[in-house]
Amino acid sequence: MSKMTLQTEGDTHVVVTRRFAAPPEAVYRAHTDPKLVQKWMLGPEGWTMPVCISEAKPGGKIRYEWSNGKGAGFHLTGEYLELEPYSRLVHVERMHLPDTTPDNHVETRFDADGTGTLMTVRMTLPDAQTRAAMLATGMERGMEASYVRLEGMI
Amino acid sequence: MDAASNLNAAFSALADPTRRAILARLAKGEATVMELAAPFEMTQPAISQHLKVLEGAGLVVRRVDGTKRPRRLAKAGVEAMDQWLAMLRKALEKNYDRLDEVLASMEKQKRGEKR
Repeated sequence: MSKMTLQTEGDTHVVVTRRFAAPPEAVYRAHTDPKLVQKWMLGPEGWTMPVCISEAKPGGKIRYEWSNGKGAGFHLTGEYLELEPYSRLVHVERMHLPDTTPDNHVETRFDADGTGTLMTVRMTLPDAQTRAAMLATGMERGMEASYVRLEGMI
Repeated sequence: MDAASNLNAAFSALADPTRRAILARLAKGEATVMELAAPFEMTQPAISQHLKVLEGAGLVVRRVDGTKRPRRLAKAGVEAMDQWLAMLRKALEKNYDRLDEVLASMEKQKRGEKR
């Protein structure tokens, strides 16, 4: 599989791309069907997602809860804004660590690429400070949005 | 400062475009405050203030050379941040590797249903 790329863009965006061997429909479903999301969006070894709510419709709720099985955990909430099966998803999300982080606006595109899919995730944070804070603390819990190579930032 | 608060300071130092530009310049080699101020429409004291933030975040160090105080990138600070980002990147890559497996089993199931 081709490597993931991850770059900052401007002051407030983070862009991640990744190719998958499956067609857009399957990759889209794996991002919206809670039973599928629960199987892969887990972060580091040892973490699980005991609660996964994903109401794939405009205004539908998103809630992911992670646990390391040793009493540590945190969760994410969000809402779907736009859904174009099986090519595009727009949602907002925020982490509860337990302090709530500012909204991350996320557009995910699923483009056919041969027999597979090129996925492009474009995140927009409210400002440069928030993006920096997200990079430093949002992932301290080792999950979700992990981004940015140093070369992209300086 | 412990490692985590050092990283926080480093990432918030990077939130400012002027400071990112200063780091980009220093990545090419040592420079004095005057040399660093030249490409910006900013006074030397303003640049010095940015350098102070970068030094506080462990990303820039200074050396004494007669009356000059040339600055350069602090290798340890930049490497710590690089390692941190590599780790985060790895967590996301791990997610997508798992997704590859989920997609493969979805495909298998689909083929099974057609039979």
